[in-house]
Amino acid sequence: MLYPLKTFLMTELVQGLRLTLKNLFVRKVTIKYPEEKTPKSPRFRGLHALRRYPNGQERCIACKLCEAVCPALAITIESDVGPDGTRRTSRYDIDLFKCIYCGFCEEACPVDAIVETDIHEFHMETRGENIMSKDKLLAVGDKYEKTIAAEKAADAAYR
Amino acid sequence: MIDMLTQLEPLWLMVPELIRDVLVIVLKIVVVMVPLILGVAYFTYAERRIIGFIQNRLGPNRVGFHGLLQPFADLFKMLFKEVVVPSSSNRFLFVIAPLISLIPALAVWAVVPLNDEFVIADIDAGLLYVLALTSLGVYGVILAGWASNSKYAFLGAMRSAAQIVAYEIAMGFALVGVLMASGSLNLGQIVLAQSGTGIFSWFWLPLFPLMIVYFIAGVAETNRAPFDVAEGESEIVAGFHVEYSGIGFGLFFLAEYANMILITALTSVFFFGGWLSPFAGVPGLADTWIAAPSVGWLGLKMAFFSFCFLWFRATFPRYRYDQIMRLGWKVFIPVTIVWIAVEGVMAALGIGPWSAAA
Repeated sequence: MLYPLKTFLMTELVQGLRLTLKNLFVRKVTIKYPEEKTPKSPRFRGLHALRRYPNGQERCIACKLCEAVCPALAITIESDVGPDGTRRTSRYDIDLFKCIYCGFCEEACPVDAIVETDIHEFHMETRGENIMSKDKLLAVGDKYEKTIAAEKAADAAYR
Repeated sequence: MIDMLTQLEPLWLMVPELIRDVLVIVLKIVVVMVPLILGVAYFTYAERRIIGFIQNRLGPNRVGFHGLLQPFADLFKMLFKEVVVPSSSNRFLFVIAPLISLIPALAVWAVVPLNDEFVIADIDAGLLYVLALTSLGVYGVILAGWASNSKYAFLGAMRSAAQIVAYEIAMGFALVGVLMASGSLNLGQIVLAQSGTGIFSWFWLPLFPLMIVYFIAGVAETNRAPFDVAEGESEIVAGFHVEYSGIGFGLFFLAEYANMILITALTSVFFFGGWLSPFAGVPGLADTWIAAPSVGWLGLKMAFFSFCFLWFRATFPRYRYDQIMRLGWKVFIPVTIVWIAVEGVMAALGIGPWSAAA
């Protein structure tokens, strides 16, 4: 068609309108987040936790490999002799503001004590809550032991 | 209920006639304004939802059922924000500018007929009143831009002024066509002149080019995309209302959307038979509600044109400024003049709907 005629009759504008009208009825792919969630990998690196053995004994032996490997220097460990005469941590702090969630601590741990769970919906309301102390880490571990174990089992074949 | 009302009648007649008239008019104004303001509120919601859908998103869906309370959340947010008046602005004009842009947008509704009985002011020069008041709206924009004492606001105001001058002429010419076809300046008479065989007796068919010009000029007149250079957020931040916050901005918002709804109503009245049913002439439906004229048909037509406003905004990128001027002066005005000449010739020969008017 002649170019001036084409612009005068607005054929291309009508084409554009047709395209947008078609897209009005296309199925939307938006995930309505709090109600709908996307699937997560078992390797997801979220909030940290300290695990225990099934008999209740802490796994952590205060070898400080995680502290050494941590690229963000987020982990602080002090060790002492525990009540049962073994080497235990007397302090195990992770600063969640420093942590970059790289998962190296989990990789470095010889006894699978420190792990990163799939919990990603957590927040802090006051200063100091960003420091995960040993008690808090153990509490997370106790609460989510089932899912943590399931994730480790699901991923074990690929490690 | 009816008994109670008839008992109240003597009491009503005791009220002086002047006050009775005022009360009736105020009641009519409320009947028009409340749905209009609610319409504006839900127009903003519809805009965000529909443009979201066109862009394969969902749009606001959090506040209330499917986000239906979103307009009220926005309103309350705006009401509680601080109104900042720039220190070097002209205080009086700065405060009054939003009102000047809002009042004409609402005042035009006085002559818009909702059906063959209900119109606030049934005046014979209705069309002139509409033209006069719709062009007054630009003063709000110009004053806002000037009073803000900001370069962005001033640029936006200048652009808006030039654009409205350009499109007002095309709009006026398009309405001259309507005037020739209907033979009346009264909006109610214009609608009645289109009654007959439903959709094909409306003016959009004989006045097709004028209808297109009128609607596009209407989009330009309300500063909506793709003619929103007065706002142009990617070029001049927010144009004339950069310095406005809180409810001052809210009033501009209200005025813009009220103007859009007005343009949809006027397009329906001038070219699409106002409250007339599109199925009026269809045999078999003659005595059913489908063929009966009602305010519902006007609402449906307005809803369709409102959708077109949003559809255009979602589809077209903003016009470049010189292209807007070219379209207004070099395309629309010649097109309308040519079609008025065609109309004149056909009226002289007695063809089409002009034979009665001529």
